Amino acid sequence: MNHLPQAWGRPRDDVYGPYDASYLQSRLPQTHTQSPIVTGTSVLAVKFKDGVVIAADNLASYGSLARFTDVKRLRPFNSKSIVGIGGDVSDMQYLDRLLNSLDVTENYSSTGHSLNAKNLHTYLSKVMYKRRSDINPLWNQMLVAGLDGNDEPFLSSVDLLGTTFSSPTLATGFGAHLAQPLLRKVADDESKVADITRERAVEAVKECMKVLFYRDARSLDRYSIAVVTKEGGLELKEDEQLEGQSWAFAETIRGYGRTQEA
Amino acid sequence: MTSIGTGYDLQNSVFSPDGRNFQVEYAVKAVENGGTCVGIRCKDGVVLAVEKIITSKLLKPGANKKIATVDRNVGIVSSGLIPDGRHFVSRARDEAASWRSTYKAPIPLAALAGRLGGYVQAYTLYSSVRPFGVTAIVGGWDSAGALGVDGQVGSGPSAGAGGKIPGAKAGGPALYMIEPSGSYWGYYGAATGKGRQTAKSELEKLGLASGNLSLEAGVKEAARIIYVAHEDSKDKEFELEMSWISSMDGPTKGRHQEVPKDMLEEAEKLAKTALEGEDEEETTAPEGETMEE
Repeated sequence: MNHLPQAWGRPRDDVYGPYDASYLQSRLPQTHTQSPIVTGTSVLAVKFKDGVVIAADNLASYGSLARFTDVKRLRPFNSKSIVGIGGDVSDMQYLDRLLNSLDVTENYSSTGHSLNAKNLHTYLSKVMYKRRSDINPLWNQMLVAGLDGNDEPFLSSVDLLGTTFSSPTLATGFGAHLAQPLLRKVADDESKVADITRERAVEAVKECMKVLFYRDARSLDRYSIAVVTKEGGLELKEDEQLEGQSWAFAETIRGYGRTQEA
Repeated sequence: MTSIGTGYDLQNSVFSPDGRNFQVEYAVKAVENGGTCVGIRCKDGVVLAVEKIITSKLLKPGANKKIATVDRNVGIVSSGLIPDGRHFVSRARDEAASWRSTYKAPIPLAALAGRLGGYVQAYTLYSSVRPFGVTAIVGGWDSAGALGVDGQVGSGPSAGAGGKIPGAKAGGPALYMIEPSGSYWGYYGAATGKGRQTAKSELEKLGLASGNLSLEAGVKEAARIIYVAHEDSKDKEFELEMSWISSMDGPTKGRHQEVPKDMLEEAEKLAKTALEGEDEEETTAPEGETMEE
């Protein structure tokens, strides 16, 4: 006779064979994020001779549904750094709070020093790598833009695995496929950065935002754009409209259910 | 003191027959010898100022700050035992951070003062601890606009449930002073430390309740008051430390910051000339022996 409570009312092992004890578990194994839920798409950025320009659209998608259309995905940190975040929006909100508390504690001492974009990128890369090592990643890819310790333009990326890389132009998400090749025409090498004006960089980013809106089904024509320079500090515009759209090319597309010539 | 030798002052949290807690009163004595601190609640911000007595020529000027930042919008300055003040500030930072993690927004000054008052009061209740040897002035600016929640990404509905009330105004400048007993009050102008009596009478002359004093004028007044209050201990050299918090559209953008160097120097210069003016009035004796500054 088995007096253990978990054996009560169950078939006897000696008669019916061993009972599958996995049915006795009161809870499921602990799981972490397997995929993002509400997502932001691409973030683009280009370095130019005096600073960096960064842009992201204002959409948060729920699967293929354009769920939130006024989402600010460029999160300013201080007057010399800003983070553009793609991927899961709730993880972005967590990161934003984390950076908020970092900024509060950094300002406890009044030494006059503040974290620059390079410091911020290092910090974020450690956070992301820690989380992926815990097998509980923050499902984002971020671009950190701003000025480094010598007030030189700084641009670098960190993703959900904690991987970091840098380039004169960067794009996350769909933009890595569609915009990056276009941006490389502007600057394919660090040595080109000195020749790029602010106007050229802004124009290239805006053009790429337009291309992304044409071809990325999870994108929006309202976007945020920020420029960080030594002189002007951080200039952020959060409700811009894509200008000069032309959908004429759509007529030439074949496929997607369209079978005949127009 | 008549109470000495009666035995009621030997342990914390013990009442004397006439209802006094002597350990708390002794803590107040510790405060009364500290450097003078002043806080002014102006119409568009708050100023904190402290007289930092230079105890050694080997101390680096401008180092060893006495005014601390708690959250972005809150500053604390205290008179009395410096380590007690540091611990007090550390507690304030923890309270502000804990409020943020719960409510995803900065702590209102009234709530912070309440929590700190409660914390200090707890140190009057047990024989195993002593009361705080500090009186702290807590100044800040509660954001007047509808403040977003930390981490908020969108603007939410423009009207209806969860919508915004157009033109709604809340917040503004706030100034509290917390004593070793744990009691705290909101003030228009607060002073503590050695020169508090002089400082208080000077603060009263400013007519702060009418809410006309601007932040910039407040900075100058605070500097002058620290200089006036220092007159009684003139033999000791001191350094003036000042910080301020303005509204979101003011010079500090709702943040607690040190008063800029040039502005501090300007205020100090004005304070010194104001003092010289007073000296001349007092000593209009024929010799005209004015004290050198």
